[in-house]
Amino acid sequence: MKSDFNTPSEGALSLADLELGESAAVREVNTRDAIGRRLLDLGLLPGTAVRVIRRSPLGDPTVYEFRGYRLCLRRVDAARVRVGSEPVSGAPDTSAL
Amino acid sequence: MSQTAEAPALDPLRFGLIGSPNSGKTTLFNALTGLRAKVGNYPGVTVARREGKLDLAGRAGVVIDLPGTYSLDPLSPDEAVVCRVLAGEVEGVEAPEALIVVADACSLDRSLLLVGQVLAEERPTCLVLTMMDELAARGGRLDIDRLEAALGIPVLPVVGHRGVGLRELRSRLADPDAWSQPPVLPPRDIDERAAWMTSILDACVETRPDFHAMTERIDRVVVHPILGSLLFMAVMIGFFQLIFAWATPAMDWIDAGMGAAAAGVRQALPPGLWTDFLTDGLIAGVGSVVVFLPQIVLLFSLLYFLEDVGYMARAAFVVDRAMARIGLEGRAFVALLSSFACAVPGIMATRTVPSPRDRLVTILVAPLMTCSARLPVYALLIGAFVPATNVFGPIGLQGLVLFGLYLAAPLAAMTVAALLRRSLLPGEGMPFTLELPSYRLPSLGLWFSQVWGSAWAFLRRAGTIILLASMVLWILLTFPQTQPPPGLNAHEASAYALEQSAAGRIGKAIEPAIAPLGFDWKIGVGLLASLAAREVFVSTLAQVYASEDPDVSLRNAVRADIDPTTGEKLFSPPTVAALLVFFVFALQCTSTIATMARETNSWRWPAFAFGYMLALAYGASFLARIVTAAVI
Repeated sequence: MKSDFNTPSEGALSLADLELGESAAVREVNTRDAIGRRLLDLGLLPGTAVRVIRRSPLGDPTVYEFRGYRLCLRRVDAARVRVGSEPVSGAPDTSAL
Repeated sequence: MSQTAEAPALDPLRFGLIGSPNSGKTTLFNALTGLRAKVGNYPGVTVARREGKLDLAGRAGVVIDLPGTYSLDPLSPDEAVVCRVLAGEVEGVEAPEALIVVADACSLDRSLLLVGQVLAEERPTCLVLTMMDELAARGGRLDIDRLEAALGIPVLPVVGHRGVGLRELRSRLADPDAWSQPPVLPPRDIDERAAWMTSILDACVETRPDFHAMTERIDRVVVHPILGSLLFMAVMIGFFQLIFAWATPAMDWIDAGMGAAAAGVRQALPPGLWTDFLTDGLIAGVGSVVVFLPQIVLLFSLLYFLEDVGYMARAAFVVDRAMARIGLEGRAFVALLSSFACAVPGIMATRTVPSPRDRLVTILVAPLMTCSARLPVYALLIGAFVPATNVFGPIGLQGLVLFGLYLAAPLAAMTVAALLRRSLLPGEGMPFTLELPSYRLPSLGLWFSQVWGSAWAFLRRAGTIILLASMVLWILLTFPQTQPPPGLNAHEASAYALEQSAAGRIGKAIEPAIAPLGFDWKIGVGLLASLAAREVFVSTLAQVYASEDPDVSLRNAVRADIDPTTGEKLFSPPTVAALLVFFVFALQCTSTIATMARETNSWRWPAFAFGYMLALAYGASFLARIVTAAVI
């Protein structure tokens, strides 16, 4: 059911690939280890709309806005979150609360 | 046991307070319990344990402030404390009967995940929504009744720092058995749980709050690539300057006060051992604890102010990548910077680092930073032995040596941190997560209680160890007492007494071990005494050399000292270089060791730090001696 994250399929985007100001919806998070489970617990559930707010002056980490708050993640952790370039249709708009 | 029928002595109701960092949990805890919190440690981990008494209508209550957490799925032993307390697995902490989940009303959405996990615990639970004032200010509206109905548990809105809603909360807390419970538990499957959250939000959210407009405007400057970096540097330089410069007058004042107290005791009491104990042992020992307070109070006043306002998170965001290079994270920066003033408050400041391993690495390298207590030692040795010649133009050799000593420490700290990361203390598989909260004016009461809590914790936990250690050192430097031969003046008699003391004997006993560095027993005694505080090295050398003052006459005395076996000057350039380098690296400070023991909740890590720093100091000193001998 879940695709293998070690061999990302053609065109698969992660949170780390998004440009500044871009929005996307979470498709899935690799929950095989504790880091992925924590990212879910922080609110990156499938369907969640995420927007890239800004990057640190040194290029990493990056601030993301989702579920009504702003959280920064390092590139290495953000790369575990698969996103769709367009918000998933019918998914709740959770960007503002 | 006889009890009156009207007032049965019930056990206090126990509540667990659960919430994510920045949820307003600490403000609510303080508002509910006043300043009556009992602070301690959980066995085996480094997180603080806080409990406070709570007066409920007709019944006593206890609130356990559980460490801030995003999830009940722990990634580290420190995070596991929440689950272990809930399960009643922590010795000496009874499991709470009822749970209070704290959530920021402005980001209810993400807090529902934690609410869902807590509901799965299946015990009486209520949800407290904080920051209702900010929600209204940002134009958000929630229907509390519908949220209650959707979740199936009581929901109580409060404004913690203004006390709004607390009366209603207290009256509900008095009877947890009457709290409604959810008819069905939230689903476990990820997709179903997302749908559960959406349905609850759809039911209760009337208007979503706007993003905090002022925060957005401030952030455009504060984390701007260029302006933000400049601001970061300005804040950190100002921060350091304030601790360094402002604390000094207060510390001098404490020193003078302790000196005056000792002089007063000497006048009031006849000379003798008892008077010596009171002045040189007890008063000096108390002074050596109290002298840290200005730095601790100042550091934590600034730290908590910047934290409560919301700047610390931005500072960590700006500097994180640089810290990641040495295997640490942004939040460790301030602790390391503070350690340039003094490692004691610096180590205490590592509490802001959430990952226990990151925190431990930071604690272990913090004492390598060039603290202000090293300066008197550097000043004495450089002033006495480094020629005041100019190297390039106005740049003098003395200044260059001092600069080199200052630079060596952070380089060593970075290297050791990177090595520890690759060997003993690898990362524990926690993602780096840092929330950027909205900027807000800090609450004065919360600020005061945080600063007071830090100062009191230092006095009670580390202060007692420091006092004890300075007493032991006084005993070593004083006993056994021997009658000095006749014809010596007061300074010579004091030097003789020191040579005959246990410390003098230990100095002689370790002479073979320190001889490869060019040190003799007199330096050995100085090193031993400097364990009380590095600057004591100077006053101890003054006593050993029977000098009248630690400036001119001590400088002349050490310059003139001849090694009896070689006939050469004892303080030759290689020896001086070795001694300077020794002070760069060695953990010559019982106060730091005591603080480390308190913050890591064990003696293993301070012992490790003392050991590795001693080995580093010895090796580097030996190298410095050989290199200097070859160059000069």
